[in-house]
Amino acid sequence: MATNSDSNVNKAVNVSELIAKNKKKKSINNYMEKLVPTILFLLASITVLTTIGILYTLISEAVHFFMEVPILDFFTGTELKPLSQNPEFGILPLLNGTIISSLIAILVAGPIGLMSAIFLSEYASDKVRRIIKPLLEILAGIPTIVYGFFAFTFVTPLIRTFWPQLEATNILSPGLVMGIMIIPMIASLSEDAMTSVPNGIREGSLAMGTTKLETTVKVVIPAAFSGIIASFVLAISRAIGETMIVTIASGSSKNFSFDITESMQTMTAFIVEVSGGEAPAGSTLHYSLYAVALTLFVFTMIMNLLAKYVSRKFREEY
Amino acid sequence: MEKLEALHQNNKMNARLRKNSIWKSIFFLSTLFGLVVLAILIIRVLIQGLEWIDLEFITSRLSTQADKAGIMGAILGTLWVMVVVIPVTLIIGVGSAIYLELYSKKGKIQSFIETNIANLAGVPSIVYGLLGLTAFVRLMDLGNVVLAGGLTLALLVLPILIVSAQEALRAVPGHLSEASYGMGATKWQTIRKIILPAALPSILTGSILALSRAIGETAPLTVLGIPALLIPFPQGLLDTFTALPMQIYYWTLDSSLVAEYANLAAATIVILLLILFILNSIAIIIRNKYHQRN
Amino acid sequence: MSITTQKKVQIDVKNNDTTTESKTEQPRVVYDTKDLNLWYSETHALKDINLEVTENEVTAIIGPSGCGKSTYIKTLNRMVELVPGVGTTGTIAYKGKNILDNSMKVEDLRTQVGMVFQKPNPFPKSIYENVTYGPKIHGIKKKSLLDEIVENSLRGAAIWDEVKDRLNQNAYGLSGGQQQRVCIARCLAIEPDVILMDEPTSALDPISTLKVEELIKELKKKYTIIIVTHNMQQAARISDKTVFMLNGEVVEFSETDQLFSNPKDKRTEDYITGRFG
Repeated sequence: MATNSDSNVNKAVNVSELIAKNKKKKSINNYMEKLVPTILFLLASITVLTTIGILYTLISEAVHFFMEVPILDFFTGTELKPLSQNPEFGILPLLNGTIISSLIAILVAGPIGLMSAIFLSEYASDKVRRIIKPLLEILAGIPTIVYGFFAFTFVTPLIRTFWPQLEATNILSPGLVMGIMIIPMIASLSEDAMTSVPNGIREGSLAMGTTKLETTVKVVIPAAFSGIIASFVLAISRAIGETMIVTIASGSSKNFSFDITESMQTMTAFIVEVSGGEAPAGSTLHYSLYAVALTLFVFTMIMNLLAKYVSRKFREEY
Repeated sequence: MEKLEALHQNNKMNARLRKNSIWKSIFFLSTLFGLVVLAILIIRVLIQGLEWIDLEFITSRLSTQADKAGIMGAILGTLWVMVVVIPVTLIIGVGSAIYLELYSKKGKIQSFIETNIANLAGVPSIVYGLLGLTAFVRLMDLGNVVLAGGLTLALLVLPILIVSAQEALRAVPGHLSEASYGMGATKWQTIRKIILPAALPSILTGSILALSRAIGETAPLTVLGIPALLIPFPQGLLDTFTALPMQIYYWTLDSSLVAEYANLAAATIVILLLILFILNSIAIIIRNKYHQRN
Repeated sequence: MSITTQKKVQIDVKNNDTTTESKTEQPRVVYDTKDLNLWYSETHALKDINLEVTENEVTAIIGPSGCGKSTYIKTLNRMVELVPGVGTTGTIAYKGKNILDNSMKVEDLRTQVGMVFQKPNPFPKSIYENVTYGPKIHGIKKKSLLDEIVENSLRGAAIWDEVKDRLNQNAYGLSGGQQQRVCIARCLAIEPDVILMDEPTSALDPISTLKVEELIKELKKKYTIIIVTHNMQQAARISDKTVFMLNGEVVEFSETDQLFSNPKDKRTEDYITGRFG
């Protein structure tokens, strides 16, 4: 030990003095130190600019539309005939298509997703969970265009073999496939909600001789209820905004009907159709694009805020 | 003892336990359901598409004749889009994450920006298409070129990258930056030399996942008016282009006219899924390597 | 002999006989704390602290957990500010300059005052990169000079012989005790005047603890050391002066021998005889 420290004295330069000297000329560094936070702040504000850009785009163009078509007519009109001699711009057919397809999706994904969540959170062993969860993530990572292809070329023909009334393009099959697409979302968010229920609550119930099922249904699910609801709401919002599956598999009939074997158009599919077609800039049809998009934006935003509100309430419970 | 047995009879324990195990099977089957559909989807696409994939399919140009058509143009288009998306999202995404995690004071501005990012993540992708159409294609007058498509997709996946980069930065142990500050290092020095290198593997993983989301996206591109015509191969950021998902879209739509187009779409899906699979494998490898070291 | 001739040129900064002009006026008191109060938001963590820390001595701070000893040592290089919502009143003069003043650049302060932490915290880099981290960020880039600093610092931390053949290996591969000595070497590399040690042995096994303690006795010849410890025997073994803190106050401050053999305050006596804490 002593020899070590003796040799420590043996040095050719005085580091601390060198450092002190360097400090004096480090003005560039000092400059960076002040500049960097500003640059980073500007980068972070790009996301705010994006929001402003979206709102500005949608609102400024939708205003043109509402100058030609009264808001009330737009939201109560059951006819959407943009290309006819006397064009009509009622959004109800699109809302109808959007709501029906999302409803079908949640009817599929809700029960299956929730039951998967129960299995993963309450019944599955660690090992099983570690295998199944990544597989479900793959399901969530498949591009929607692939689901669209699947709905159009596989699910629809499959259903038509035993239900011939189903049209080649219909709202049922994309609804079902959208449901499959959002299963992982509900499963993983609901599972998160259920695993964050403290174990003590479970043990308290099991210690009284209840079965696992009873504990899950009577204790865990009620405790995780708002988290589960939030996952449903987010999944619906995702289905409302989903575009490619419905565009491909549901066609473009602007039907205002409740017959799920028929072709219907959603808000998103309408946007694809109109923007892909040759709507001349400045035409009512062109502006209608933005009016529909604004409606879609508001719809999903409300759902997202609702989900956040519900899950925040949930957090307060523990 | 008798009392216990009576209790056992009374509370119908056997029936309750039977119910429990029946439901357990139902829960398990539900979990399998999604996976079975996934398997059907993949097998179906492989059966339909694999025999159409050969070197010619990958390296040829588009053609209206199904047996001559190739997807080189779409592959190149997707690659060019990646060239835009990767640097743009990395710089803006990591920069924003550093600002939010390490510079901004906990307060109104920070929570405003974070709420805004959370909301952006929930905006339907097609709306980003309209933003790109207005801002990049028309306002900046780029036209429907690689740069416009790439920027649109970059904005779309930015929230994903920011949130994952924030998590990566947060996961760097505080004692490392403490050690650095303790030696008189400034904040930016500490971030650059200690925090960023430590967070890099997770940031890369997150950015690869964001990238895979971007290259599978179709809806915004349809709004930008990306064509599927017989256009020349894109050679730069300002060339018009088509991308793999767009090609799948058009071929699927037209499959009711020409039946073989469905097979071409399936073959293109196989290529797209293969690219996504490779990207995700890289992400998993990085993640595992990093976890082993710690 | 050659060593002694070199010595003259090489200026041992801490030694008053080989003086440089800046060091001659150096006060004997390195840290002078006056009426220091500190709050974490609402919590009053330090109350009216008055302390003088003398050059080239080991000052130990003892007390039960939560007494404010860690907070105090982290105030001495202003690391305490990494916790949001910290407020202070009073002054701490470091070599005559109030470090709590806004004009004080914390980076400059921390360059002169090194710190060793409770848990060994090497960077996930090679041993070499760990030691050169400080010199590099302070603008020293010459490879030959860095090599020299690495050897000197690792020798100074009494770990050179153990790691000299694997300087390019990751520091995480070392044992806890070795990691802590590499951290001390990292701290020595920028030649601080003072070394703050926040329970440096609490995460180490007894043998490593002993090694670090011997090292501290050695380092004291050149550096001023302030060490927080929960281990009273350790304080008694290595320190010249000892501070006993309780509930954010300094209860007693005196020569170590005296504090342990003849405590003036009843509370100190209770603590060192193990009646509480």
